[in-house]
Amino acid sequence: MGRYVIRRLLQMIPVFIGATLLIFLMVNVMGDPVAGLCGDRKCDPATATRLKKEFGLDKPVWQQYLTYMGNVFTGDFGTAFNGQKVTELMSAAFPVTIRLTIVAIVFEIVIGISLGVLTGLRRGRPVDTVVLLLTLVVISIPTFVTGLVLQLLLGVEWGVIKPSVSSEAPFNELLIPGLVLASVSLAYVTRLTRTSIAENRRSDYVRTAVAKGLPRRRVITRHLLRNSLIPVVTFIGTDVGALMGGAIVTERIFNIHGVGFQLYQGILRQSTQTVVGFVTVLVLVFLVANLIVDLLYAVLDPRIRYA
Amino acid sequence: MRGATHAKWAACAVTVALAATACGGGGSGGGGGDGSGIVSSSWGDPQNPLEPANTNEVQGGKILDMVFRGLKRYDPKTGEAKDMVAESIETKDAQNFTVKIKDNWKFSNGEKVTAKSFVDAWNYGANLENNQKNAYFFGYIEGYDKVHPEKGDPSAKTLSGLKVVDERTFTVKLSQKFSTWPDTLGYPAFAPLPKAFYDDHDGWLSKPVGNGPYTVDSYTKGSKMSLRKWDGYPGDDKARNGGVDMKVYTDNNTAYTDLMAGNLDLVDDVPASQLKNAKNDLGDRYINTPAGIIQTLAFPFYDSKWNKDGMEKVRQGLSMAINREQITETIFQKTRTPASDWTSPVLGEKGGYKEGLCGDACTYDAAKAKKLVEEGGGIPGGTLKVTYNADTGSHKEWVDAVCNSINKALGKDKACVANPVGTFADFRSKASKQELDGAWRAGWQMDYPLIQNFLEPVYFTDAPSNDGKYSDKEFDKLVNEANGETDTTKAIGKFQDAEKILAKDMPAIPLWYQNGSAGYSDKVSDVSLNQFSVPVYNEIKVN
Repeated sequence: MGRYVIRRLLQMIPVFIGATLLIFLMVNVMGDPVAGLCGDRKCDPATATRLKKEFGLDKPVWQQYLTYMGNVFTGDFGTAFNGQKVTELMSAAFPVTIRLTIVAIVFEIVIGISLGVLTGLRRGRPVDTVVLLLTLVVISIPTFVTGLVLQLLLGVEWGVIKPSVSSEAPFNELLIPGLVLASVSLAYVTRLTRTSIAENRRSDYVRTAVAKGLPRRRVITRHLLRNSLIPVVTFIGTDVGALMGGAIVTERIFNIHGVGFQLYQGILRQSTQTVVGFVTVLVLVFLVANLIVDLLYAVLDPRIRYA
Repeated sequence: MRGATHAKWAACAVTVALAATACGGGGSGGGGGDGSGIVSSSWGDPQNPLEPANTNEVQGGKILDMVFRGLKRYDPKTGEAKDMVAESIETKDAQNFTVKIKDNWKFSNGEKVTAKSFVDAWNYGANLENNQKNAYFFGYIEGYDKVHPEKGDPSAKTLSGLKVVDERTFTVKLSQKFSTWPDTLGYPAFAPLPKAFYDDHDGWLSKPVGNGPYTVDSYTKGSKMSLRKWDGYPGDDKARNGGVDMKVYTDNNTAYTDLMAGNLDLVDDVPASQLKNAKNDLGDRYINTPAGIIQTLAFPFYDSKWNKDGMEKVRQGLSMAINREQITETIFQKTRTPASDWTSPVLGEKGGYKEGLCGDACTYDAAKAKKLVEEGGGIPGGTLKVTYNADTGSHKEWVDAVCNSINKALGKDKACVANPVGTFADFRSKASKQELDGAWRAGWQMDYPLIQNFLEPVYFTDAPSNDGKYSDKEFDKLVNEANGETDTTKAIGKFQDAEKILAKDMPAIPLWYQNGSAGYSDKVSDVSLNQFSVPVYNEIKVN
């Protein structure tokens, strides 16, 4: 197990370097960011030159990349164009997005898996059909539609929630945005669990467990669910990264000042430091989440062993 | 019925979740009609650090307007530059000025506002080493080329044209005659700065201290700024509310939704998609007033194809082929006014705005347009490319409409095509490096309500915002004469003469004047926008 973890950690290095390099090149291809800083007028050349020097934009791209990576390893992510340290932006944005992601994941696990188990055990019954139809509807409607409709209905028409999240973004304000963010994945989790449960329900070990006279509850939670959860855990694990990065739409609708907002701002203002910094951290989150998923396999199914 | 129990449980969970959210939503505002109520307003994240000489966009400008008062201030109604901190600004030759400031002004930290507060701030703003994006505002002051050379390091730290005479007096020497120069001093870049600004720069940036009607109570960068009324404010435009909470929105649609839901008092940028509903939703609480912004289509004079004889006819023809009335009505819901000169109605007749100065060239006439374009030798290459940035400002709709109008008038499918560029930064970078061909959208937002500001920076030879490199000797001469003219009425006449040359050459096609649009809740009153389309915060009353 230990060796496996080390091998996986080593594999992360090339992925990490490749991903950051790609992002770096992409942002740089977009042209001269300083030109956008002065609004509709041209920056005066002397100031533009100095600004470029300050942000290190006067050097060739490969050199910028090397300096940047060098700094990243010492924990320095550079400065955004508005004079704030990128690390400062991160420390403001990540906690918010992490809270939002937690809410979303909890919804996925609680609602998604419960519905999945429910329908998996009653395949073909009306409950199953209704839930299947519902998930189909959720999957086919884009997130921004769900978000805007919920915001309008709950926020403006019925006044149940505030349409926008305050800058502190506590958990209770993030419930609806979290649900919106989770909606599509939630539908997938339901369907995955349902199929998995339905399949395993007929397997030998379940029949054995039932024959042994174990209570139904124990059969389902200890025997059936544990094996059926492996594909679901894989999905949820990779979804952690996807949710964090993909929160741009939800964050915009509900005015959440998280990672999505900062990334969007960074791209609009072509702030290389902001974009690359945030994406770098997201790549790390993605990699770690994947590693944890792989390790969880062994917990769920002791037969899986890593050399 | 195990299933049913599960379903019930899930339903309960959702109900609890919703109830919890409802509890989370607290009330906002407070106070009453006694002037202590707090106004909540939408805001955008400022692009640059909040320093007077480094803020060149509306979002940061809003704050500076609340926290600072300069020598002059533009009357929010008439746009006239009125003395604020200045007691008098005198000149005999339109080049040497003596500024005397009032005695009773203070910064909110107790420090006195003196002549030195201004001179030091201006020297700081002009100095190349401080990377201030508005440094060019000090370009008229003598010695600017030493402090802010075009190449290399500065050879001086202070502007030789600025001299402190005594605590309340300083003199300014300009490098050329500029009679209306005192009227430019209402721009935030000319604000005075306290000692704390230089002593603890980072600390100051995280909580700016100024001499305006409001003080910064707390500032969370990127999300919120709370401004509170400063009771010791010496000016006569004291705040009529207890303070303003500026809330950063990721999307102005959300701000509008918040206004509808009663969580926000003021939205000063009604999203384009809501313009249609705004009148119904808000009634009298929807404001739509002219601002000092004009949209034009600029042409590349650095490209010989567009710079040869006869091309002025093509440009005039293209201008005639654009149905401004229709576009402003259908696409902009009348939040734009068709332009017929190169300035803005906010200047007023006295300030140099002249309706119809552009003449027939700005009136839609398809038949004549086609004839003119043909006489001029046709559009170079047969197709006019109109470049715009697709990321902000919903430019796509109107550029498509303009092209459509041109195509219909000229009777050709491909006479005009839209050419989107991904980001504003990329668009600006291409424009300033003269890499655009065809035409491009060129907006101009005034820095101060002066006709000079609409003409000189944009069309004067090699002026900083003359991206198309238009150059005309006669135009330059008239502008210089106007600047040297001490009699304001005569000066404005000269500027208008210069503008007539633009009508002949058509270096940029005037499209429309932009309005500021805002909406507010029934909790507040006396809301208005100034000529920069910024709300006049200090006059807002909380009911």
